[in-house]
Amino acid sequence: MTTPLLAIENLFAVQNLSIHFERHAQPPIAVVSGVDLHLQRGETLALLGESGCGKSLTALALMRLLPPAARISGGRVQLEATNLLALPEAQMRQVRGGRLAMIFQEPQTSLNPVLTIGAQIAEAVRLHAKPADRQPARVTRRVLQLLDSVGISAPARRMRDYPHQLSGGMKQRVMIAMALAGDPQVLIADEPTTALDVTIQAQVLQLIKDLQRDTGLAVLLITHDLGVVAETADRLAVMYAGQLVEVADCAQFFAAPAHPYSRKLLASVPTAAQRHGKLAAIPGRVPPLDQVSGGCRFAERCFAVQPRCQSTVPNWQQVQNAQQVRCHLWQNGAVDWTRWDTAPPASVVTTPPVAEITPPAHLLEVIDLKVHFPIQRGLFKRTVGAVRAVDGVNLTLAAGETLALVGESGCGKTTVGKAILQLERPTGGQVRYAGVELTQLRGEALRQQRRALQIVFQDPFAAMNPRLLVEDIVGEGLQALGIEPQRARRRQRVTELLDLVGIDATALQRYPHEFSGGQRQRICIARALAVMPQVLICDEPTSALDVSVQAQILNLLKELQQQLGISYLFITHNLAVVSYLAQRVAVMYLGRIVELGMAAEVLTAPRHPYTQALLSAVPVIDPSARRQPVRLSGDLPSPITPPSGCHFHPRCPLARPQCAQMEPPVVAVSATQQVRCFAVQWSNHCVKPANDAK
Amino acid sequence: MRVLFTRLSATVIVIFGVCTLVFLLLHVIPGDPIEALLGERAQAVDQAALRAQLGLDQPLTIQYVQYLTRLAQGDLGQSLQEQSSVTTLLAARLPATVLLAIAALTLAIGIALPLGVLAAQQHKRLLDMSAMTFSLIGLSMPNFWLGPMLILIFSLTLGWLPISGNDSPASLILPAMTLGTGLAALLARMVRASLLEVLNEDYVRTARAKGATEWQVLWHHALRNAWLPIITVLGLQLGGVLGGAVITETIFAWPGIGSLLVEAIKARDYPVVQGCVLLISLIYVSVNTLTDLAYLWLDPRVRFN
Repeated sequence: MTTPLLAIENLFAVQNLSIHFERHAQPPIAVVSGVDLHLQRGETLALLGESGCGKSLTALALMRLLPPAARISGGRVQLEATNLLALPEAQMRQVRGGRLAMIFQEPQTSLNPVLTIGAQIAEAVRLHAKPADRQPARVTRRVLQLLDSVGISAPARRMRDYPHQLSGGMKQRVMIAMALAGDPQVLIADEPTTALDVTIQAQVLQLIKDLQRDTGLAVLLITHDLGVVAETADRLAVMYAGQLVEVADCAQFFAAPAHPYSRKLLASVPTAAQRHGKLAAIPGRVPPLDQVSGGCRFAERCFAVQPRCQSTVPNWQQVQNAQQVRCHLWQNGAVDWTRWDTAPPASVVTTPPVAEITPPAHLLEVIDLKVHFPIQRGLFKRTVGAVRAVDGVNLTLAAGETLALVGESGCGKTTVGKAILQLERPTGGQVRYAGVELTQLRGEALRQQRRALQIVFQDPFAAMNPRLLVEDIVGEGLQALGIEPQRARRRQRVTELLDLVGIDATALQRYPHEFSGGQRQRICIARALAVMPQVLICDEPTSALDVSVQAQILNLLKELQQQLGISYLFITHNLAVVSYLAQRVAVMYLGRIVELGMAAEVLTAPRHPYTQALLSAVPVIDPSARRQPVRLSGDLPSPITPPSGCHFHPRCPLARPQCAQMEPPVVAVSATQQVRCFAVQWSNHCVKPANDAK
Repeated sequence: MRVLFTRLSATVIVIFGVCTLVFLLLHVIPGDPIEALLGERAQAVDQAALRAQLGLDQPLTIQYVQYLTRLAQGDLGQSLQEQSSVTTLLAARLPATVLLAIAALTLAIGIALPLGVLAAQQHKRLLDMSAMTFSLIGLSMPNFWLGPMLILIFSLTLGWLPISGNDSPASLILPAMTLGTGLAALLARMVRASLLEVLNEDYVRTARAKGATEWQVLWHHALRNAWLPIITVLGLQLGGVLGGAVITETIFAWPGIGSLLVEAIKARDYPVVQGCVLLISLIYVSVNTLTDLAYLWLDPRVRFN
């Protein structure tokens, strides 16, 4: 195997790193094979891959923090002149958190809940300070300085806070402060923003960029998000099934990805441009790492597979000066991709769905919906306040339409979904399905309506009873509502449903844990469709899935809508999915809808400052499509004590005193677009106030 | 402060309930205390006199009010067998029980903590296996068997320690071992399980990534979090210690509340039984309140609610 460029001047270099898992009475599994990476001062290298490809294990191996069963089987990790793999543990501890620091994916669980953040940062400071700098006063001064450098205001007060008192974004800032305590040369950031909302993600990525500019920090960014790579990395390495398959400069990569896997991955990111076609899903799944044979590991899923791919491991091929790929196609020079691109996908949707032309009668109508959760305190559980999760939401959904409900975590979007289904009883307002008022229904009458409205949950791993067979999971609704009481007929119907979502009939007698995430979500969709609903509420159905699997599920949802004419209320925080799937979009902020309109309008010409900020925070692959950033300061306020007037005014760049005094009225800016913002009136005098957001 | 107030008021309600239950206990159990005291052949006049003296001829509600009034004044009544008040008897016996409980608890924690920590750190290795085997043996030995066995070995065969009574500091050793062994075994398992769970948490990984030593990770990060479930078990187990104390004190003729209770039951000295049960219950309630307060102190998430 040839090694990609390995210059002497590299700050950090990984050579031929391999990791295996020890197994009881079985041969070990190689989970990471021959990884080469290098980083220079101030540089950001992204290690890109889908879940299970070995990227996080690689990161942990660099820190020598692998779990006990995992072993480094070979290679070198060189930080300047030091070979980290050869260091004794005591010296490695000096490097860890010192010259080489790491931050993790889940700031929520990565901080010790019983220690103040000041104490946790101080520990890191003490561990790497010179003896003279370990005096309490000096340590405190350094902690304050670190908190200040990661943009935490009032650090003297904040350092006495416990992690649970901080928001997710603040916690990740604290994690970064802790990583900076030892003045690192290299920062390994393992999915640092995956658990955060986009506006907070933008803040944290900007912070890392600023720190790099000021200190020359080199960053190894581990991520699955192509948008994040495009916006922050200088170079990237693509990992698949424990191996690197492509290494390139970002600009080169996004202009012309060289590996078939990279190409498919890039094409499977949903965009508005693809809304009338199918997304490029990658068929099949990543091969189990104990079954990889000689040959290219992507061969079984590759659209350009050749006989030699199955038998010979591909070598690194030079594509351009800084772009290398591990693929046989490049053996004889440049590849002509049009050979594969010309064949159109099996079913291209050419006609836009009906709803996009004329909005027909409302199937579902939500009027002034409110869900307040009481806060109870004391011995006798007195109600002392309320979490205003949903505070006056108006929505309509037409037959065959897809409405996306978009917002950041904690804005109340999931509660809207549950309240529509009456799984969470509304505190006020109305939910009408086909003219029937659902909020007043009880018992059997409500149960009968459940046929019409179904839900698909976010986490397909938690949404199914692990002790039930797939047949019983999918068929349960048919039985419970008495639609198909006969067992044989029910099995027939379940088989049809599974076929509809692309699951083989052999699944009937299997349990949920035997399926992958994407397959499980298909089963969940089959379960929801079993009772033939007219409305399907999809609550973040793809957020737990990899982008190539997400593409499969989005394609499926689109096909099902065309076949069955059902309506979707698609709850999501992912604006890329919205642009691909939805006809209309409602943007939610702290329990209220701030903007509502056709997807094309809202996503291309947002009028509410929050929508604008949200859209500009989404990392975009195409540099020409990037928006002028509208950076929001601070976090989502608490729904217990929402800000007066317009809930958004404390974070709004346009806010005037008026905004704090009263809630803005709903203003129609076009026949289909409505905004709740005073600023619309300041900039445009022709707008007329609408009656209400119906 | 607010949380503290809520917890303490809840405790007051529980204590009130305990007092009521203890009062009712004597009235619902079958048998007439007067008959039991004076014998079946006693004169009706004597029976009536004693009944009046004890206030047992009054209606239940009046008795209840009187009982509570006296209780509020710290009066638990007079012993029927001895010429002293129940409070005096309890006060004389309490120090011995407290001493025994503290000794047993110290012994249990002293064994369980290092054993559990070592076992967790050496998870699935030889040390872990042997610690857990030892703990299983400890759990399987009941007090009424372990006590006599210890006497047999250390007092009768080796002659190192006194058989029973409370005449010298050495007398404490065998009862404390008897009472502490089971608790140590259970606690060691709890420490191990709780630590193993905490050691898998993300913040432990963060601490390692900072460059902390294994000892710092264990002591500063893992144990701080592992305490919470351990303390819960400890609080609950104290009930077991008090129950076990009745048996242990009897075996070793240890002059504590447990043996007083057994003596009083044998002698049908109802006021003393009532006093003992009440005291044991109150200790149990107080310990559980203390457990809750320890939670407040240890876990900021509970403190700030």
